[in-house]
Amino acid sequence: MNFETTIGLEVHVELKTKSKMFSTSPAVYGAEPNTNTNVIDFGFPGTLPTVNKEGYRLGIMTALALHAEVEKHTHFDRKNYFYPDNPKAYQITQYEKPLAHDGWIEIEVDGQKKKIGIEEMHVEEDAGKNTHGEDGYSYVDLNRQGTGLIEIVSKPDMTTPDEAYAYLEKLKQTIQFTGASDVKMEEGSMRVDCNISIRPIGSKKYGQKIELKNLNSFNHVRLGLAFEEKRQAEILRMGGEILPETRRFDEPSGETILMRVKEGKDDYRYFPEPDLPNYEIEQAWIDQINSQLPEMPDKRRIRYVDELEIPEYDAGVLTATKEMSDFFEESVSLGANPKLVSNWLMGEVNAYMNANQLDLLETKLTPKNLATMVKLITEGTISSKIAKKVFQETIENGTEPNQWVKEKGLIQESDPAVLTPIISEILDNNEQSIIDFKNGKDRAIGFLVGQIMKQTHGQANPKVVNQILMSEIKKR
Amino acid sequence: MIDKEQIRHIATLAKFEFSDEEFDGFATKFQETLDMGDKLQDIDTTGVEPTTNLATRTTVFREDTPETDQTREQLLSNVPESDGRLIKVPSILDTEGDN
Repeated sequence: MNFETTIGLEVHVELKTKSKMFSTSPAVYGAEPNTNTNVIDFGFPGTLPTVNKEGYRLGIMTALALHAEVEKHTHFDRKNYFYPDNPKAYQITQYEKPLAHDGWIEIEVDGQKKKIGIEEMHVEEDAGKNTHGEDGYSYVDLNRQGTGLIEIVSKPDMTTPDEAYAYLEKLKQTIQFTGASDVKMEEGSMRVDCNISIRPIGSKKYGQKIELKNLNSFNHVRLGLAFEEKRQAEILRMGGEILPETRRFDEPSGETILMRVKEGKDDYRYFPEPDLPNYEIEQAWIDQINSQLPEMPDKRRIRYVDELEIPEYDAGVLTATKEMSDFFEESVSLGANPKLVSNWLMGEVNAYMNANQLDLLETKLTPKNLATMVKLITEGTISSKIAKKVFQETIENGTEPNQWVKEKGLIQESDPAVLTPIISEILDNNEQSIIDFKNGKDRAIGFLVGQIMKQTHGQANPKVVNQILMSEIKKR
Repeated sequence: MIDKEQIRHIATLAKFEFSDEEFDGFATKFQETLDMGDKLQDIDTTGVEPTTNLATRTTVFREDTPETDQTREQLLSNVPESDGRLIKVPSILDTEGDN
Protein backbone atom coordinates (compact mmCIF):
# COMPACT_ATOMS: atom_id res chain seq x y z
CA MET A 1 0.00 0.00 0.00
CA ASN A 2 1.30 3.46 -0.87
CA PHE A 3 0.53 6.52 1.19
CA GLU A 4 0.37 10.24 0.74
CA THR A 5 1.34 12.69 3.45
CA THR A 6 -0.55 15.71 4.78
CA ILE A 7 1.33 18.33 6.77
CA GLY A 8 0.09 21.48 8.47
CA LEU A 9 2.28 23.83 10.49
CA GLU A 10 1.58 26.12 13.43
CA VAL A 11 4.24 28.78 13.77
CA HIS A 12 4.60 31.20 16.68
CA VAL A 13 6.69 34.33 16.17
CA GLU A 14 7.50 36.84 18.89
CA LEU A 15 6.57 40.41 17.99
CA LYS A 16 9.43 42.89 18.05
CA THR A 17 7.98 45.49 20.38
CA LYS A 18 9.60 47.42 23.21
CA SER A 19 6.90 46.51 25.73
CA LYS A 20 4.72 43.43 26.14
CA MET A 21 1.43 42.85 24.30
CA PHE A 22 -0.91 43.18 27.29
CA SER A 23 1.26 44.92 29.89
CA THR A 24 3.82 47.74 29.91
CA SER A 25 6.73 45.55 31.08
CA PRO A 26 9.81 45.69 28.84
CA ALA A 27 9.98 42.88 26.26
CA VAL A 28 13.69 42.10 26.04
CA TYR A 29 15.40 38.76 25.58
CA GLY A 30 17.90 37.55 28.16
CA ALA A 31 17.17 39.78 31.20
CA GLU A 32 17.63 38.70 34.84
CA PRO A 33 14.72 36.40 35.85
CA ASN A 34 11.48 38.15 36.82
CA THR A 35 12.89 41.67 36.36
CA ASN A 36 10.79 42.42 33.25
CA THR A 37 7.53 41.77 35.03
CA ASN A 38 4.76 43.62 36.81
CA VAL A 39 1.51 42.89 38.64
CA ILE A 40 -0.29 42.13 35.36
CA ASP A 41 2.27 39.51 34.30
CA PHE A 42 2.05 37.95 37.77
CA GLY A 43 -1.74 37.78 37.40
CA PHE A 44 -2.44 39.56 40.67
CA PRO A 45 -6.14 40.16 41.43
CA GLY A 46 -7.64 43.43 40.25
CA THR A 47 -5.14 44.08 37.47
CA LEU A 48 -6.26 44.81 33.93
CA PRO A 49 -4.52 44.23 30.59
CA THR A 50 -4.03 46.90 27.90
CA VAL A 51 -3.34 46.28 24.20
CA ASN A 52 -0.04 47.40 22.64
CA LYS A 53 -0.87 49.32 19.44
CA GLU A 54 2.55 48.68 17.88
CA GLY A 55 2.13 44.93 18.50
CA TYR A 56 -1.19 44.93 16.67
CA ARG A 57 0.28 47.05 13.87
CA LEU A 58 3.10 44.54 13.37
CA GLY A 59 0.49 41.78 13.32
CA ILE A 60 -1.42 43.54 10.55
CA MET A 61 1.83 44.16 8.66
CA THR A 62 2.67 40.46 8.81
CA ALA A 63 -0.85 39.59 7.67
CA LEU A 64 -0.52 41.90 4.65
CA ALA A 65 2.89 40.45 3.76
CA LEU A 66 1.28 36.98 3.83
CA HIS A 67 -1.57 38.13 1.55
CA ALA A 68 -4.14 37.53 4.30
CA GLU A 69 -7.41 39.35 4.84
CA VAL A 70 -7.38 41.46 8.00
CA GLU A 71 -10.43 41.00 10.26
CA LYS A 72 -12.11 44.36 10.85
CA HIS A 73 -14.44 43.53 13.77
CA THR A 74 -12.46 41.63 16.34
CA HIS A 75 -12.04 40.95 20.04
CA PHE A 76 -9.78 38.92 22.31
CA ASP A 77 -10.68 35.61 23.92
CA ARG A 78 -9.55 33.67 26.96
CA LYS A 79 -8.06 30.24 26.54
CA ASN A 80 -8.27 28.52 29.90
CA TYR A 81 -5.63 26.10 31.18
CA PHE A 82 -3.63 25.56 34.36
CA TYR A 83 0.13 25.65 34.32
CA PRO A 84 2.62 27.49 36.54
CA ASP A 85 4.10 29.50 33.64
CA ASN A 86 0.65 31.02 33.13
CA PRO A 87 -0.32 32.58 36.46
CA LYS A 88 -3.73 33.93 35.35
CA ALA A 89 -4.76 30.34 34.41
CA TYR A 90 -5.79 31.68 30.99
CA GLN A 91 -4.03 33.01 27.94
CA ILE A 92 -5.33 36.09 26.15
CA THR A 93 -5.64 35.15 22.48
CA GLN A 94 -7.94 35.64 19.48
CA TYR A 95 -10.13 32.63 18.82
CA GLU A 96 -13.46 33.64 17.35
CA LYS A 97 -12.27 36.55 15.18
CA PRO A 98 -8.54 36.15 14.58
CA LEU A 99 -6.33 39.01 13.32
CA ALA A 100 -6.44 37.78 9.71
CA HIS A 101 -7.40 34.78 7.58
CA ASP A 102 -6.96 33.19 4.15
CA GLY A 103 -3.38 34.13 3.30
CA TRP A 104 -0.78 32.30 1.25
CA ILE A 105 2.89 32.13 0.44
CA GLU A 106 4.57 30.66 -2.60
CA ILE A 107 7.31 28.09 -2.14
CA GLU A 108 9.65 26.41 -4.61
CA VAL A 109 10.87 22.83 -4.26
CA ASP A 110 12.98 21.22 -7.01
CA GLY A 111 11.99 23.99 -9.43
CA GLN A 112 8.27 23.40 -8.77
CA LYS A 113 6.34 26.42 -7.49
CA LYS A 114 3.41 25.87 -5.13
CA LYS A 115 1.12 28.09 -3.09
CA ILE A 116 0.68 27.11 0.56
CA GLY A 117 -2.46 28.48 2.17
CA ILE A 118 -2.62 30.16 5.56
CA GLU A 119 -5.82 29.33 7.40
CA GLU A 120 -5.63 32.11 9.99
CA MET A 121 -3.26 34.08 12.16
CA HIS A 122 -3.91 35.61 15.55
CA VAL A 123 -2.33 37.80 18.22
CA GLU A 124 -1.78 36.28 21.65
CA GLU A 125 0.47 36.41 24.69
CA ASP A 126 3.44 34.20 25.44
CA ALA A 127 3.79 32.23 28.67
CA GLY A 128 6.66 32.31 31.18
CA LYS A 129 9.40 29.71 31.42
CA ASN A 130 9.73 26.73 33.77
CA THR A 131 12.89 25.02 34.80
CA HIS A 132 12.76 21.79 36.70
CA GLY A 133 14.94 21.50 39.77
CA GLU A 134 16.09 18.26 41.37
CA ASP A 135 14.94 19.41 44.80
CA GLY A 136 11.24 18.67 44.33
CA TYR A 137 10.56 22.16 43.00
CA SER A 138 10.04 23.71 39.61
CA TYR A 139 11.19 27.28 39.07
CA VAL A 140 9.26 29.93 37.16
CA ASP A 141 10.54 33.02 35.36
CA LEU A 142 7.76 35.33 34.12
CA ASN A 143 9.93 37.62 31.95
CA ARG A 144 8.40 36.16 28.80
CA GLN A 145 4.86 36.10 30.20
CA GLY A 146 2.68 38.52 28.21
CA THR A 147 5.14 39.08 25.35
CA GLY A 148 3.31 39.52 22.04
CA LEU A 149 3.10 36.56 19.68
CA ILE A 150 1.44 35.89 16.40
CA GLU A 151 0.47 32.33 15.68
CA ILE A 152 0.30 31.50 11.99
CA VAL A 153 -1.72 28.39 11.15
CA SER A 154 -1.13 26.96 7.69
CA LYS A 155 -3.66 24.97 5.70
CA PRO A 156 -2.80 21.26 5.44
CA ASP A 157 -1.35 21.98 2.00
CA MET A 158 2.12 20.45 2.36
CA THR A 159 2.73 16.89 1.19
CA THR A 160 6.46 16.38 1.84
CA PRO A 161 8.95 17.31 4.59
CA ASP A 162 10.85 19.35 1.95
CA GLU A 163 7.74 21.45 1.31
CA ALA A 164 7.40 22.06 5.05
CA TYR A 165 11.05 23.14 5.15
CA ALA A 166 10.59 25.48 2.18
CA TYR A 167 7.43 26.93 3.76
CA LEU A 168 9.29 27.72 6.98
CA GLU A 169 12.22 29.32 5.12
CA LYS A 170 9.85 31.47 3.10
CA LEU A 171 7.75 32.40 6.12
CA LYS A 172 10.85 33.36 8.11
CA GLN A 173 12.23 35.41 5.20
CA THR A 174 8.94 37.23 4.64
CA ILE A 175 8.43 38.10 8.31
CA GLN A 176 12.07 39.15 8.65
CA PHE A 177 11.54 41.63 5.77
CA THR A 178 8.52 43.17 7.53
CA GLY A 179 10.61 43.72 10.67
CA ALA A 180 7.74 42.40 12.81
CA SER A 181 9.93 39.77 14.48
CA ASP A 182 13.55 38.65 14.77
CA VAL A 183 12.35 35.14 13.78
CA LYS A 184 15.29 33.40 15.49
CA MET A 185 14.60 29.81 16.46
CA GLU A 186 17.70 29.73 18.67
CA GLU A 187 16.32 32.58 20.80
CA GLY A 188 12.79 31.23 20.79
CA SER A 189 11.39 34.14 18.77
CA MET A 190 10.19 31.56 16.20
CA ARG A 191 8.68 28.22 17.26
CA VAL A 192 7.23 25.47 15.13
CA ASP A 193 4.66 22.75 15.83
CA CYS A 194 3.74 20.26 13.09
CA ASN A 195 0.67 18.21 12.39
CA ILE A 196 1.25 15.21 10.14
CA SER A 197 -0.94 12.37 8.93
CA ILE A 198 -0.75 9.86 6.11
CA ARG A 199 -3.51 8.14 4.12
CA PRO A 200 -3.65 5.57 1.32
CA ILE A 201 -3.26 7.32 -2.04
CA GLY A 202 -6.70 8.17 -3.39
CA SER A 203 -8.40 8.06 0.00
CA LYS A 204 -10.66 11.06 0.58
CA LYS A 205 -10.48 10.99 4.36
CA TYR A 206 -7.40 12.30 6.18
CA GLY A 207 -5.56 9.84 8.39
CA GLN A 208 -5.25 10.29 12.15
CA LYS A 209 -2.87 13.19 12.70
CA ILE A 210 -0.15 13.37 15.29
CA GLU A 211 1.46 16.52 16.66
CA LEU A 212 5.22 17.06 16.60
CA LYS A 213 6.63 19.50 19.18
CA ASN A 214 9.91 20.77 20.67
CA LEU A 215 11.59 21.28 17.30
CA ASN A 216 14.77 23.32 17.56
CA SER A 217 15.56 23.98 13.91
CA PHE A 218 14.02 23.77 10.44
CA ASN A 219 16.23 20.77 9.83
CA HIS A 220 14.75 18.98 12.85
CA VAL A 221 11.31 19.71 11.41
CA ARG A 222 12.32 18.07 8.14
CA LEU A 223 13.95 15.07 9.80
CA GLY A 224 11.13 14.62 12.31
CA LEU A 225 8.47 14.71 9.59
CA ALA A 226 10.43 12.26 7.42
CA PHE A 227 10.71 9.88 10.38
CA GLU A 228 6.96 10.17 11.05
CA GLU A 229 6.07 9.39 7.42
CA LYS A 230 8.01 6.13 7.73
CA ARG A 231 6.83 5.25 11.23
CA GLN A 232 3.16 5.78 10.42
CA ALA A 233 3.40 3.84 7.14
CA GLU A 234 4.98 0.87 8.93
CA ILE A 235 2.22 0.82 11.54
CA LEU A 236 -0.51 0.95 8.90
CA ARG A 237 1.13 -1.73 6.72
CA MET A 238 1.22 -4.06 9.71
CA GLY A 239 -2.49 -3.45 10.25
CA GLY A 240 -1.95 -1.18 13.25
CA GLU A 241 -3.67 2.03 14.22
CA ILE A 242 -2.25 5.56 14.52
CA LEU A 243 -3.12 7.13 17.86
CA PRO A 244 -3.63 10.85 18.43
CA GLU A 245 -0.23 11.43 19.96
CA THR A 246 2.03 14.35 20.76
CA ARG A 247 5.62 13.42 19.93
CA ARG A 248 8.95 15.18 20.04
CA PHE A 249 12.07 14.92 17.86
CA ASP A 250 15.09 13.32 19.49
CA GLU A 251 18.26 14.58 17.83
CA PRO A 252 20.75 11.85 18.84
CA SER A 253 18.61 9.01 17.48
CA GLY A 254 16.95 10.99 14.67
CA GLU A 255 13.64 9.53 15.83
CA THR A 256 10.42 10.95 17.24
CA ILE A 257 9.52 10.00 20.80
CA LEU A 258 6.09 9.78 22.38
CA MET A 259 5.31 12.57 24.84
CA ARG A 260 1.68 11.80 25.50
CA VAL A 261 -1.45 10.31 23.93
CA LYS A 262 -4.19 12.89 23.70
CA GLU A 263 -7.19 11.72 25.68
CA GLY A 264 -10.35 13.29 24.39
CA LYS A 265 -10.44 16.68 22.72
CA ASP A 266 -8.65 19.67 24.17
CA ASP A 267 -11.09 21.65 26.25
CA TYR A 268 -9.97 25.23 26.67
CA ARG A 269 -13.44 26.69 27.32
CA TYR A 270 -12.77 29.80 25.23
CA PHE A 271 -14.87 32.86 25.91
CA PRO A 272 -14.57 36.57 25.02
CA GLU A 273 -12.02 38.37 27.23
CA PRO A 274 -14.19 40.60 29.45
CA ASP A 275 -11.24 42.79 30.50
CA LEU A 276 -10.74 44.18 26.97
CA PRO A 277 -13.20 45.98 24.69
CA ASN A 278 -14.12 45.07 21.12
CA TYR A 279 -11.75 46.26 18.40
CA GLU A 280 -12.77 47.92 15.14
CA ILE A 281 -9.83 47.92 12.74
CA GLU A 282 -10.28 50.76 10.27
CA GLN A 283 -9.51 50.35 6.58
CA ALA A 284 -7.55 53.63 6.65
CA TRP A 285 -5.16 52.15 9.23
CA ILE A 286 -4.74 48.96 7.19
CA ASP A 287 -4.03 51.06 4.06
CA GLN A 288 -1.48 53.13 5.96
CA ILE A 289 0.32 50.01 7.20
CA ASN A 290 0.21 48.57 3.69
CA SER A 291 1.94 51.67 2.37
CA GLN A 292 4.71 51.20 4.97
CA LEU A 293 5.23 47.54 4.06
CA PRO A 294 8.82 47.08 2.82
CA GLU A 295 9.25 45.62 -0.66
CA MET A 296 9.19 41.83 -0.31
CA PRO A 297 12.07 39.53 -1.38
CA ASP A 298 10.27 38.06 -4.42
CA LYS A 299 9.70 41.51 -5.91
CA ARG A 300 13.23 42.61 -5.13
CA ARG A 301 14.64 39.49 -6.78
CA ILE A 302 12.74 40.12 -9.99
CA ARG A 303 13.81 43.77 -9.99
CA TYR A 304 17.48 42.85 -9.50
CA VAL A 305 17.34 40.47 -12.46
CA ASP A 306 15.34 42.76 -14.79
CA GLU A 307 16.73 46.17 -13.96
CA LEU A 308 20.20 45.53 -12.55
CA GLU A 309 21.08 42.51 -14.71
CA ILE A 310 22.00 40.38 -11.70
CA PRO A 311 21.89 36.61 -12.40
CA GLU A 312 18.82 34.83 -10.97
CA TYR A 313 20.84 32.77 -8.46
CA ASP A 314 22.79 35.79 -7.19
CA ALA A 315 19.57 37.79 -6.82
CA GLY A 316 18.25 34.96 -4.63
CA VAL A 317 21.32 35.11 -2.37
CA LEU A 318 21.15 38.90 -2.11
CA THR A 319 17.50 38.82 -1.04
CA ALA A 320 17.91 36.01 1.52
CA THR A 321 17.89 38.58 4.32
CA LYS A 322 16.67 42.15 4.50
CA GLU A 323 20.05 43.31 5.86
CA MET A 324 21.90 41.99 2.81
CA SER A 325 19.29 43.27 0.37
CA ASP A 326 19.15 46.75 1.91
CA PHE A 327 22.95 46.90 2.03
CA PHE A 328 23.16 45.97 -1.64
CA GLU A 329 20.57 48.55 -2.67
CA GLU A 330 22.19 51.34 -0.70
CA SER A 331 25.62 50.63 -2.25
CA VAL A 332 24.10 50.59 -5.73
CA SER A 333 22.17 53.82 -5.08
CA LEU A 334 25.53 55.49 -4.34
CA GLY A 335 26.56 54.82 -7.91
CA ALA A 336 28.53 51.56 -7.59
CA ASN A 337 28.32 48.91 -10.32
CA PRO A 338 25.56 46.46 -9.22
CA LYS A 339 27.27 43.32 -10.53
CA LEU A 340 30.52 44.19 -8.75
CA VAL A 341 28.75 45.06 -5.49
CA SER A 342 26.90 41.76 -5.73
CA ASN A 343 30.12 39.82 -6.34
CA TRP A 344 31.84 41.40 -3.36
CA LEU A 345 28.87 40.79 -1.06
CA MET A 346 28.48 37.16 -2.13
CA GLY A 347 32.21 36.47 -2.18
CA GLU A 348 34.57 38.32 0.13
CA VAL A 349 31.94 39.79 2.47
CA ASN A 350 30.19 36.45 3.00
CA ALA A 351 33.53 34.71 3.54
CA TYR A 352 34.51 37.33 6.12
CA MET A 353 31.14 36.97 7.92
CA ASN A 354 31.48 33.17 8.04
CA ALA A 355 35.10 33.22 9.16
CA ASN A 356 34.34 35.66 11.98
CA GLN A 357 30.83 34.42 12.84
CA LEU A 358 29.34 37.86 12.33
CA ASP A 359 26.10 39.18 10.87
CA LEU A 360 26.51 41.72 8.09
CA LEU A 361 25.57 44.63 10.34
CA GLU A 362 28.05 43.47 12.99
CA THR A 363 30.98 44.01 10.62
CA LYS A 364 32.48 47.49 10.17
CA LEU A 365 31.67 47.56 6.48
CA THR A 366 29.24 50.28 5.40
CA PRO A 367 27.35 50.52 2.10
CA LYS A 368 29.13 53.84 1.49
CA ASN A 369 32.63 52.41 1.91
CA LEU A 370 31.80 49.38 -0.24
CA ALA A 371 30.42 51.67 -2.95
CA THR A 372 33.51 53.89 -2.78
CA MET A 373 35.82 50.88 -3.08
CA VAL A 374 33.90 49.45 -6.04
CA LYS A 375 34.04 52.85 -7.76
CA LEU A 376 37.82 52.99 -7.21
CA ILE A 377 38.03 49.68 -9.09
CA THR A 378 35.73 50.61 -11.98
CA GLU A 379 37.42 53.99 -12.42
CA GLY A 380 40.78 52.21 -12.66
CA THR A 381 42.19 53.96 -9.58
CA ILE A 382 43.04 50.68 -7.87
CA SER A 383 43.64 47.19 -9.23
CA SER A 384 41.43 44.32 -8.10
CA LYS A 385 44.48 42.89 -6.34
CA ILE A 386 44.93 46.08 -4.30
CA ALA A 387 41.16 46.15 -3.77
CA LYS A 388 41.50 43.03 -1.59
CA LYS A 389 43.83 44.96 0.74
CA VAL A 390 41.45 47.92 0.81
CA PHE A 391 38.58 45.56 1.56
CA GLN A 392 40.36 43.96 4.53
CA GLU A 393 41.12 47.40 5.92
CA THR A 394 37.61 48.81 5.54
CA ILE A 395 35.71 45.73 6.81
CA GLU A 396 38.01 45.34 9.82
CA ASN A 397 38.45 48.97 10.83
CA GLY A 398 35.72 50.87 8.98
CA THR A 399 38.36 52.92 7.14
CA GLU A 400 37.30 55.25 4.33
CA PRO A 401 38.85 53.70 1.17
CA ASN A 402 39.51 56.88 -0.88
CA GLN A 403 41.64 58.52 1.76
CA TRP A 404 43.35 55.26 2.69
CA VAL A 405 44.61 54.34 -0.82
CA LYS A 406 45.99 57.86 -1.20
CA GLU A 407 47.77 57.75 2.15
CA LYS A 408 49.20 54.29 1.52
CA GLY A 409 50.17 55.11 -2.04
CA LEU A 410 48.12 52.26 -3.44
CA ILE A 411 46.72 54.15 -6.40
CA GLN A 412 47.11 52.20 -9.61
CA GLU A 413 49.70 53.50 -12.09
CA SER A 414 48.09 54.02 -15.50
CA ASP A 415 50.31 56.75 -16.89
CA PRO A 416 52.27 55.49 -20.01
CA ALA A 417 54.95 58.14 -19.37
CA VAL A 418 55.73 56.40 -16.04
CA LEU A 419 55.22 52.82 -17.17
CA THR A 420 57.06 52.84 -20.53
CA PRO A 421 60.60 53.38 -19.13
CA ILE A 422 60.06 50.60 -16.55
CA ILE A 423 58.80 48.22 -19.23
CA SER A 424 61.69 49.08 -21.58
CA GLU A 425 64.20 48.33 -18.86
CA ILE A 426 62.64 44.97 -18.08
CA LEU A 427 62.64 44.09 -21.79
CA ASP A 428 66.35 45.04 -22.00
CA ASN A 429 67.10 42.64 -19.16
CA ASN A 430 65.01 39.74 -20.53
CA GLU A 431 65.85 39.40 -24.20
CA GLN A 432 65.36 35.62 -24.07
CA SER A 433 61.68 36.12 -23.18
CA ILE A 434 61.16 38.32 -26.22
CA ILE A 435 62.66 35.63 -28.45
CA ASP A 436 60.55 32.96 -26.77
CA PHE A 437 57.39 35.00 -27.32
CA LYS A 438 58.19 35.62 -30.97
CA ASN A 439 58.67 31.83 -31.32
CA GLY A 440 55.10 31.30 -30.13
CA LYS A 441 55.59 30.77 -26.40
CA ASP A 442 52.70 32.85 -25.00
CA ARG A 443 53.76 32.04 -21.48
CA ALA A 444 56.71 34.38 -21.84
CA ILE A 445 54.28 37.33 -21.66
CA GLY A 446 53.03 36.19 -18.29
CA PHE A 447 56.60 36.17 -17.01
CA LEU A 448 57.24 39.70 -18.28
CA VAL A 449 54.01 41.05 -16.80
CA GLY A 450 54.97 39.42 -13.50
CA GLN A 451 58.33 41.23 -13.59
CA ILE A 452 56.64 44.58 -14.29
CA MET A 453 54.15 44.04 -11.43
CA LYS A 454 56.99 43.18 -9.10
CA GLN A 455 58.84 46.32 -10.11
CA THR A 456 55.74 48.50 -9.54
CA HIS A 457 54.68 46.75 -6.29
CA GLY A 458 51.52 45.50 -7.99
CA GLN A 459 50.29 48.99 -8.73
CA ALA A 460 50.63 49.04 -12.50
CA ASN A 461 47.34 49.01 -14.38
CA PRO A 462 47.38 45.56 -16.07
CA LYS A 463 45.41 46.78 -19.09
CA VAL A 464 47.82 49.65 -19.80
CA VAL A 465 50.85 47.41 -19.12
CA ASN A 466 49.61 44.93 -21.73
CA GLN A 467 49.17 47.60 -24.38
CA ILE A 468 52.60 49.16 -23.82
CA LEU A 469 54.28 45.77 -23.58
CA MET A 470 52.88 44.63 -26.93
CA SER A 471 53.84 47.79 -28.77
CA GLU A 472 57.33 47.79 -27.20
CA ILE A 473 57.94 44.14 -28.20
CA LYS A 474 56.81 44.90 -31.76
CA LYS A 475 59.45 47.64 -31.98
CA ARG A 476 62.27 45.18 -31.20
CA MET B 1 -29.43 16.07 31.34
CA ILE B 2 -25.99 16.65 32.78
CA ASP B 3 -24.37 13.46 34.09
CA LYS B 4 -21.75 12.68 36.69
CA GLU B 5 -19.07 12.11 34.04
CA GLN B 6 -19.46 15.62 32.63
CA ILE B 7 -19.18 17.08 36.12
CA ARG B 8 -16.07 14.98 36.77
CA HIS B 9 -14.59 16.39 33.54
CA ILE B 10 -15.31 19.97 34.61
CA ALA B 11 -13.78 19.26 38.04
CA THR B 12 -10.63 17.84 36.37
CA LEU B 13 -10.28 20.95 34.18
CA ALA B 14 -10.61 23.15 37.25
CA LYS B 15 -8.13 20.92 39.17
CA PHE B 16 -10.73 20.20 41.89
CA GLU B 17 -11.03 16.91 43.76
CA PHE B 18 -14.30 15.71 45.28
CA SER B 19 -15.63 12.54 46.86
CA ASP B 20 -18.21 10.37 45.07
CA GLU B 21 -20.97 11.56 47.42
CA GLU B 22 -20.18 15.18 46.63
CA PHE B 23 -20.40 14.48 42.91
CA ASP B 24 -23.87 12.94 43.39
CA GLY B 25 -25.12 16.16 44.95
CA PHE B 26 -23.60 18.32 42.22
CA ALA B 27 -25.59 16.73 39.40
CA THR B 28 -28.92 17.99 40.73
CA LYS B 29 -27.59 21.47 41.54
CA PHE B 30 -25.91 21.85 38.17
CA GLN B 31 -29.12 20.79 36.45
CA GLU B 32 -31.17 23.40 38.31
CA THR B 33 -28.75 26.13 37.24
CA LEU B 34 -28.73 24.93 33.66
CA ASP B 35 -32.54 24.76 33.54
CA MET B 36 -32.64 28.37 34.63
CA GLY B 37 -30.25 29.28 31.82
CA ASP B 38 -32.36 27.33 29.35
CA LYS B 39 -35.21 29.81 29.86
CA LEU B 40 -33.09 32.30 27.89
CA GLN B 41 -33.46 30.07 24.86
CA ASP B 42 -37.16 31.09 24.70
CA ILE B 43 -36.19 34.63 23.70
CA ASP B 44 -36.28 35.24 19.95
CA THR B 45 -32.82 36.56 18.96
CA THR B 46 -33.25 36.31 15.20
CA GLY B 47 -31.11 38.95 13.51
CA VAL B 48 -29.40 40.05 16.73
CA GLU B 49 -25.57 40.12 16.67
CA PRO B 50 -24.03 38.15 19.57
CA THR B 51 -22.87 40.40 22.42
CA THR B 52 -19.23 39.72 23.23
CA ASN B 53 -18.58 42.71 25.42
CA LEU B 54 -20.51 45.27 27.44
CA ALA B 55 -17.84 47.97 27.38
CA THR B 56 -19.10 51.11 25.65
CA ARG B 57 -15.66 52.13 24.38
CA THR B 58 -14.06 50.21 21.55
CA THR B 59 -10.55 49.91 20.10
CA VAL B 60 -8.53 51.12 23.08
CA PHE B 61 -4.79 50.88 22.43
CA ARG B 62 -1.73 51.80 24.48
CA GLU B 63 1.50 53.20 23.00
CA ASP B 64 4.53 50.89 22.99
CA THR B 65 6.39 52.50 25.91
CA PRO B 66 8.05 50.12 28.37
CA GLU B 67 7.68 50.87 32.06
CA THR B 68 8.82 49.06 35.17
CA ASP B 69 6.23 49.67 37.85
CA GLN B 70 7.21 47.11 40.48
CA THR B 71 10.53 45.68 41.59
CA ARG B 72 11.21 41.96 41.59
CA GLU B 73 11.40 42.05 45.40
CA GLN B 74 7.93 43.60 45.64
CA LEU B 75 6.45 41.07 43.21
CA LEU B 76 8.12 38.04 44.78
CA SER B 77 6.99 39.11 48.25
CA ASN B 78 3.48 38.13 47.18
CA VAL B 79 4.20 34.61 45.92
CA PRO B 80 4.01 31.58 48.23
CA GLU B 81 7.66 30.61 47.76
CA SER B 82 10.66 31.99 45.89
CA ASP B 83 14.45 31.82 45.91
CA GLY B 84 14.77 35.57 45.45
CA ARG B 85 15.01 35.30 41.67
CA LEU B 86 12.54 32.63 40.60
CA ILE B 87 9.10 31.54 41.79
CA LYS B 88 9.20 28.10 43.43
CA VAL B 89 6.31 25.78 42.67
CA PRO B 90 5.79 22.08 43.44
CA SER B 91 7.62 19.97 40.85
CA ILE B 92 5.69 19.65 37.61
CA LEU B 93 5.94 17.16 34.79
CA ASP B 94 6.39 18.94 31.50
CA THR B 95 3.42 17.37 29.76
CA GLU B 96 0.69 19.93 30.10
CA GLY B 97 2.17 23.25 29.06
CA ASP B 98 0.75 24.81 25.96
CA ASN B 99 0.39 28.15 24.26
